[in-house]
Parts: sequence; structure tokens; C-alpha cells
Amino acid sequence: MQRLEQRDEVEMLALMLLIRRFEERASQQYQAQKIGGFCHLYIGQEAVVTGAVAAVREDDYIITAYRDHAHALARGTSANACMAELFGKATGCSRGLGGSMHFFDRQNHMYGGHAIVGAHVPLAAGMAFASRYRGEDRVTLCFFGDGAINQGSFHEALNLIALYNLPVVLICENNLFAMGTSVKRSTSLKQIVDRAEGYDIPGEIVDGMNFREVRDKLTEIVGSIRKDPHPAFVEIRTYRYRGHSMSDPASYRTKEELEKYRLDDPITRLRAQLTREGKLTNEQFDQLDKKAKETVIASVKFAESSPELPVEKVYDYVYFNGAVEAGVSPAKRQESAADAAAATE
Amino acid sequence: MREITYRQALNEALAEELERDPNVFLMGEEVAEYHGAYKVSAGLLERFGPKRIIDTPISENGFAGLGIGAAMVGLRPIIEFMTFSFSLVAFDQVVNNAPNMFMMSGGQFNIPITFRGPNGPAHQLGATHSHATENLFASVPGLKVCTPATPRDAKGLLKAAVRDDNPVLVLEAELLYSSKGMVEPPDEELLIPLGQAEVKREGSDVSIICYAQTVPLALAVAAQLEEEDISAEIVDLRSIKPLDEQAVFNSIAKTHRAVIVEQDRAFCGVGAEICYRIQKNLFDALDAPILRVSQEDVPIPYNERLEKFVLPNADKLMAGVKKVCYA
Repeated sequence: MQRLEQRDEVEMLALMLLIRRFEERASQQYQAQKIGGFCHLYIGQEAVVTGAVAAVREDDYIITAYRDHAHALARGTSANACMAELFGKATGCSRGLGGSMHFFDRQNHMYGGHAIVGAHVPLAAGMAFASRYRGEDRVTLCFFGDGAINQGSFHEALNLIALYNLPVVLICENNLFAMGTSVKRSTSLKQIVDRAEGYDIPGEIVDGMNFREVRDKLTEIVGSIRKDPHPAFVEIRTYRYRGHSMSDPASYRTKEELEKYRLDDPITRLRAQLTREGKLTNEQFDQLDKKAKETVIASVKFAESSPELPVEKVYDYVYFNGAVEAGVSPAKRQESAADAAAATE
Repeated sequence: MREITYRQALNEALAEELERDPNVFLMGEEVAEYHGAYKVSAGLLERFGPKRIIDTPISENGFAGLGIGAAMVGLRPIIEFMTFSFSLVAFDQVVNNAPNMFMMSGGQFNIPITFRGPNGPAHQLGATHSHATENLFASVPGLKVCTPATPRDAKGLLKAAVRDDNPVLVLEAELLYSSKGMVEPPDEELLIPLGQAEVKREGSDVSIICYAQTVPLALAVAAQLEEEDISAEIVDLRSIKPLDEQAVFNSIAKTHRAVIVEQDRAFCGVGAEICYRIQKNLFDALDAPILRVSQEDVPIPYNERLEKFVLPNADKLMAGVKKVCYA
């Protein structure tokens, strides 16, 4: 099997740190009421998306559910554009019109940010269908939580994906809880990966607290799909340290359970691996962390000082290329957050 | 011009758009090997192959979503619902994904997709298979909805829908697939812009506002009214959204009287919106209250006599027109 040139592990550790510090700062800004609506944090799950993006090309498609800040950051969306989105600003990755649950970045092939549980799995099927239709060797990574696997749209999509043999990696980020309902209380199966078997899709279980395992397993799968398009399913076992959303004290689980996972922290683990192998010093790690913190603090400043869209602009985002009601200017498609920022200047 | 059926007109529109743009594909239940439950896609599989004419399992929510995902990355899907009564299974995709993506992504992702299929009550199909869905979808910002009543409009509107860069619903009239009408020859490009009503018959005493299956009904009633010296103008909306309110206003400014005959339900129906716009803009021009002829506010019964009673019909429309004309 042809092996992709792997992205530097220290760089990926830096990305995990950026995600963690970003989420911590988002939590703080949410409590300071700078961020509205719902806010779902990814802390604890960093190795999943980081390991996955390390296994794919920049032009592969990525789509996820509502716990999506990390997926945009991992795809290369700037912390500035992500924080500004949380602040509802025009410089945000979705111009402040999507919010925490709807991060999009066309340029970096991040296709959302979808907040109806399971409803984006058919979209992933369509994106992969398009790749196949055009004869491209792109792979679509579709992330979803353990809660999505009991939705009708998930099942319909899996059948279509298998039936049409589409190049999708279905990535179940199993953090054991759909909101407050444990997998045991929501799912008739002993293990989630068995869902794939029902659709003749090959499935595997991966340790989501181990960056290297996620990356290596996905590299293997993606390489196989690129050679000969087919679907695959991975159940990546992970854990979120925080509640489902900011308002959730997570009283449905024990302190001991949380502590057990914290001891297995994905950042600590990769750091230890790299240190042991002589690839990272403590000083270097501190530098990486310092840089992540600085980037995130700067993103808050950027978000605070960014403009909002003028209210009358709201009509521009209903119909593309021509508005329905008279007097409303036709909207132009934005290619990226940078375009969005430029358009407000 | 030549005379073809509504079904043939739709078939020509599909074939022409598939021929013109390789990004266009047709997907739905029984569209390929069965040639469509209503035979609208007859011959397309043979002509364009299984890559572009795609049969699906019975999974409306799944394949509607697949279409939206494909549209996000540049394809232009035509998704057939065997009937729009089944689109309710895909309501989440059609209502929550397709029209919201452009706003949610800050203008990065528009969804150029066409959802099409028969809509509205037909003959004795019972409550689950008789939905007129236009009011459900027209109330959603981001969707466009058109309702062709003639073969010419069916062809021109479907072609315009496929070329539109937004999600468009083409609600075909289930009872009109075999109806005939004059249409331009195939070598003449026929595009009818979304949001343009058409006066199907000129008149001076009363405006009958109609669309889809109520257009032939209104035309038949107008012919009867003529014998009683009432001259009815027939305004076919053709699109529900965008709504050509100016065409409605122009007609009523002339006739000063209006009856709206719609195939959907009265409560929160299409006619309610039109009434509001008429009174807001033409209050002083009206010589009588606006009247609506709609479905009765009940699920559609199977029994033929009861079904006829529940749906808009010639007697009800005739009575309505006479009432607003004080005849």
C-alpha cells in the first residue's frame, strides 16, 4: 500500500493544543456571555479529528455534526474566524450567520457543522456520490456521534452508501453519551461498530484517545478507498470531559469515570510518546502550549473588534443569485471567511 | 407549436437539461428501469445511462439528502418524489437542510437542486396520498415553489428550475399528466421564469386566481359564466414562490373582484397570503370581499362522493364568483 507522507507529529500535537485552548477560551467567553445560543465543547476528543485529518489530503471532504469547532480548526480554518463565528461577527467562518453548531469553510473543504442529529449523513453520501460521479479519488470523512446511529437518516444513508459503494469513511465519535443518555440506554447493540455489519460495510474499533492509532488506522482505510472506492466505518472510542453543552453539569456520570479518562488524556499521551522517543523536550512543549494560548487570546481580541453584518444584509443570504422579493440585492457566493471579511470592509 | 401531453413536456424538459449539462442527474424511486411511476422519465435510462438516471430504494429522506450533499459540491440533482405526499418523509432534508445552507454557511453554499413530482389530490387515493403540499413548502424561506398547469408551463418551468441556483420544488399536477396543450418545437428553447404569473383568459368582471389543477377548473367555469354574461379573467400564478403579486393586482385593478381557487387547505393556505396582499395593496379598488374556494378543513376521504364534496369543484367556484359579482 502506498503510504501518504504523514504530517509532522509535533505539528499535530500543536493542533491538539490549539483545539483544547480554543475550547477552554470559548467556554470562558460563553460564561462571560460573549457567545450566544448553544456551545458544545470537544475537550477530550482532540485525537479523533486530529488523527483523521492527518490521514487525508487537503482536498478530501469533511463533514460533521454540531460539536464542530475542532473540525474547522483541524481543517485549517483560523482561530480568528472560528472565534469570530462564536461571537456572531461578519469575520466569522460563516459570517456570524451559522454560530457554534454551523461552522463552514468552503476553501478548506469543511462542509459543516450540522445540528440536526444524523441529518448530515445523507449529505456525506451525496458528496461522495459527486466524487464518484466525476471520477475523482477524493474521500469523504463523515463524523457523527453515538447518538446519531439511531436516527432514520443515518440508516437510510448507510444503505445508500453501501448500495452505491461510495467512498465515505463513517466516523462514529463514540463518547459514550448522547447528551445525557448513555449508549447502554440508547442502543440495542453491544458495540456500535456492529451497525456497519448490517449494511455490509467493513467496520473497526479504534482507540480515540491515541492519536497514532487513529491516524494509522485511517491512513490504511483511506489508502484502500482511494485505490478502489468503497465505504468504511470506524467506531472511535473517546470521551468528552465537559458536559453535552455549556448548561450541562453532566450529573449522569461519576467523577471517577471522568478521572479515569483524564488520566488517558490524548494530548498527554502523544506528548509522552514524543518525549520518550526524543522528538520533543519539555521546553518545546511549553513553547507549543504558549503559542496556542496566544493564538486563542488574539482570536478573542479579533472577534471582539470585528464588525457585525448590517441588519439589512440578512436578506442577501436567502436566495443565491437573485432575491425573491423586489428591492433585495442578489447575493454572491462567498468562497471563504476571508472573502466574507473583505466584503464587510 | 405542436400538441403534446403534460407528461411528454416534462420528459422533454428532463432530456434537454440532461443533454445540456453533464452535472445534471435524475434520481428517485423507479425513475430508471420502471421509467417513473407516472412514466415521466420514459426513455431516459436508455438515452443517458445508469450513471445519470438512478433508481433508489424507498428512502426519501436518504436520497433527498444525498441530492443536497451532491449539490453542495457542484452537481445539479433532480430528485423525483413519487408523489409529494411522500416528500413529507423527507421533510427534514427539504425544509431544514436545502434552504438553510446558504444562510448558515454565510453564503458559501447554495444548493442548486430540483425536487419534482406529482402533488395535490388525485382520484380516491385516500388521505395519505392526497396532500397538496404547496403551502407547507412556500412558507419556508430559501425554497422556491412552482405549480405548472399546462404542458408548456410544465416544460418551461422545469427547465428554469433545473437552471436555478437555489432549491426549487416543481409541484406537478397529478391529474394533468395526460392533458394536452400546445408547446414550442424541441429546437426552440423554452424557459419560463419562476415567479411569473400568466393571464390564461382575459375578462372584465371578476378575477379568478388559480394554479395547478385549479386552472382547467377555472377555465371551464369561465366558459360557463360567459353564457351568463359574466366575464371572468383567469390568472394562473404558475409559481407560488416567488409570487407574482403584481399580475394579481393588475387583474383586480381592472375587475375589482376576486375569487381565489386553490387546491390546498384554506387554513394558512396559499390563498390566505394572496388575500392579505390584495387587501393591503388594493383595498379601495375592491367592490366585494375576496372569496376563497379551497379544500374543506378535513383529511381527504376515500369515498368518491365525499372526496368531490371536500375538494374545490365547479359548483363551488361558480357559486363563489356569483357571490362576489352579486349576481
